[in-house]
Amino acid sequence: MAAVAVSPAERDGAAQRVAELQSRIRGMQATTLESPALPTAPAIAAVLPGGALRQGAAYSIDGSSTLAMAVLAGPSQSGVWCGVVGVPDFGMEAAARFGIDLERLVLVPDPGAQWLTATAALVDVLGVVLLRPPGRASDGDVARLSARLRQRGTALVVLGDWPTSEARLSISRSEWSGLGSGHGYLTARTATVTATGRLGAGRPRSARLWLPDGAQAFRVDETAMPPRLQAVSA
Amino acid sequence: MRDLSRTIVMWCPDWPVHAAMRADGIDADAPVALIEHGLVFACSPAARRDGVARGLKLREAQARCTSLITLPYDGVHDARAFEPVLAGIETIMPGVQLMRPGVCAVRARGPVRYYGSERAAAEALLACLGEQGVADARVGVADGPFAAEQAARRSDAERIGIVVSGGSAAFLAPLPAGLLLDERLGVLLRRLGVHTLGEFAALPAVDVQRRFGAVAAHAHAIAGGYDGRVVVARTPPKDFEVLVEFEPPLDRIDQVSFGFRTAADRFIEALTSARLVCTGVRVEVRSESGELSERSWLHPRWFTAADVLDRVRWQLQGSGAIDSGLRSAVAAVRVTPERVDSTGNHEEGLWGSGPDERVHHGLTRVQSMLGHEGVLTATIGGGRMLAERQILVPWGDAPPEERVRSAARPWPGSLPELAPATVFRERHPVRLMTDAGVDVAVDDRGMLVGDPAAFSPAARGAGVHRVQAWAGPWPVVERWWDAAASRRVHRLQLVDEHGDAWLLMLDGAGEGWQAEARYD
Repeated sequence: MAAVAVSPAERDGAAQRVAELQSRIRGMQATTLESPALPTAPAIAAVLPGGALRQGAAYSIDGSSTLAMAVLAGPSQSGVWCGVVGVPDFGMEAAARFGIDLERLVLVPDPGAQWLTATAALVDVLGVVLLRPPGRASDGDVARLSARLRQRGTALVVLGDWPTSEARLSISRSEWSGLGSGHGYLTARTATVTATGRLGAGRPRSARLWLPDGAQAFRVDETAMPPRLQAVSA
Repeated sequence: MRDLSRTIVMWCPDWPVHAAMRADGIDADAPVALIEHGLVFACSPAARRDGVARGLKLREAQARCTSLITLPYDGVHDARAFEPVLAGIETIMPGVQLMRPGVCAVRARGPVRYYGSERAAAEALLACLGEQGVADARVGVADGPFAAEQAARRSDAERIGIVVSGGSAAFLAPLPAGLLLDERLGVLLRRLGVHTLGEFAALPAVDVQRRFGAVAAHAHAIAGGYDGRVVVARTPPKDFEVLVEFEPPLDRIDQVSFGFRTAADRFIEALTSARLVCTGVRVEVRSESGELSERSWLHPRWFTAADVLDRVRWQLQGSGAIDSGLRSAVAAVRVTPERVDSTGNHEEGLWGSGPDERVHHGLTRVQSMLGHEGVLTATIGGGRMLAERQILVPWGDAPPEERVRSAARPWPGSLPELAPATVFRERHPVRLMTDAGVDVAVDDRGMLVGDPAAFSPAARGAGVHRVQAWAGPWPVVERWWDAAASRRVHRLQLVDEHGDAWLLMLDGAGEGWQAEARYD
């Protein structure tokens, strides 16, 4: 068999392609059985892979508290207890107006060095826990917490990076309405929310959402949806 | 019949002041006034000598007596301070009825038979009160509690007033009618020419009943010396409080909490055996140097022994860690139940009481890890600044009612519509500049000097973003009548080129622009 001369550049490209394919395969292979879904706000369900928050899964959010509140609002409205760890600047009034029930919201603003223990204790009893990790957790700790999440059926929402997150939600292109140059006040915004699947694999899903709309509710911006295919006569 | 209604009444003049002075360790002849709603509620004899009287405005009272010490009036404290006095009286004569803090009644028959005469019984009572530090109490003996109290108020030099049996009507006759009647009826009778109780008693009973109703008819009977009320002895409340004294005093929190452990078990066991649960306790910690720290703790469900122990520990440690030392060694810890309820109202369901119980246990665990203030719940209150609108209370405590109620009031100047998702606990300085790079200012008329064009979220002006849209300034003026607490700020909303929206404020104190909140 004649040896085919392969240039180094081609070889690198191929290696890269293999790595990419492997990561896609890993992403598509479900590591766990499908776990039950938590009640999710329709706007967030439109973006999340699988169409709902999963019990026992971790999600990470890129620096938007409003998006975090949107994720919590769905479960909280249907009677799930929520916890917020390490977010001293969490705006309660916004949370209440966006539909999080303050009666069932517990805050641990300054967990200090014991943040991981405190989170684990809350995971035992609450349905959804929002966490802003003050430091990096070791791989062992993350694995233990993930096991606990699966066992208790609690969803973890992390503001920032999290190694085992099911999806990573980020926000881009915010457009505010109501504010002019020197007049008006903020009333609503639309933003593109993008969800990237586990390990960066899978096609990122994105949607244009009202975060929030004029009535302080979250919903999908229908005007930005691609037109649906319709049957036409020949 | 007469013999049965014969009553001894003990009256302690200025009891509220006396109780407050004793609690605060103020000298007995200092001028003190208790203030309620800006008016003098009660005052000490020294203050009265300087012309302070009940019902006077605070300023007026302070003007009349410049060295006046003012304290807020606390009715609950009155009653609590009177409790040991009642217990003291009960040791020498049984069957004491509390009429109000400072006044109590005893049925005369037993003590009179025991001590030999009414005067001897009264003297014994005064001696007993003297031992408890109530030096200027008065005692009155008459038919019925009303006449006996009036007799105590008009007592002789020996602080004893005795009205002979059957002489109540004659004794009461010259007293003003307003003592017995409510204000409306008192004014009406005065207009009708009835000024004294004697004149009131002289009216025909049937006419009084027909014209003024049952309440006045009852008062009429009392004015005539027919006080049918008999003393109803109270049942002494069961004593659940526990006191642990440490000899020698302990100076480490873990030692104190270990030493209190069995007492906490005893405390809860005693309550349980009386079929009670406790939902509020009061913890008093006395240190070696005589400092007293007291605090009430509430519980969302009811206290177990471990919960009581936790509260003692939290009170000791404040915000420190468990192994930290104390400022002064602890000499005694006392725990008193403040709110108790029947166990029947707190019975658990057959399969437990659902998920909330589980949540509570989990949160208590976090609380014992991070301290009482570590786990919070939130409510929205009133206010103009965003940070003061959120009321954070530790898990298990009730939010302050006053602040929760204030949420319903209008707050002109508070932020409309959209609430920001990030409200900074500590506002940080930012820079807001015009096109030319000059800081934007607000003039005396509340107008912006220069249009905002560039914004930097850091104080030094690094990382400048272009301003896309803005609005403001909106003035917020608060408590302008109070120099210490007044505040005058201007707010401004802006959206920068990256689509981030901010709420900035400019403090009148000249601290420059600060970020109050961020819409992220």
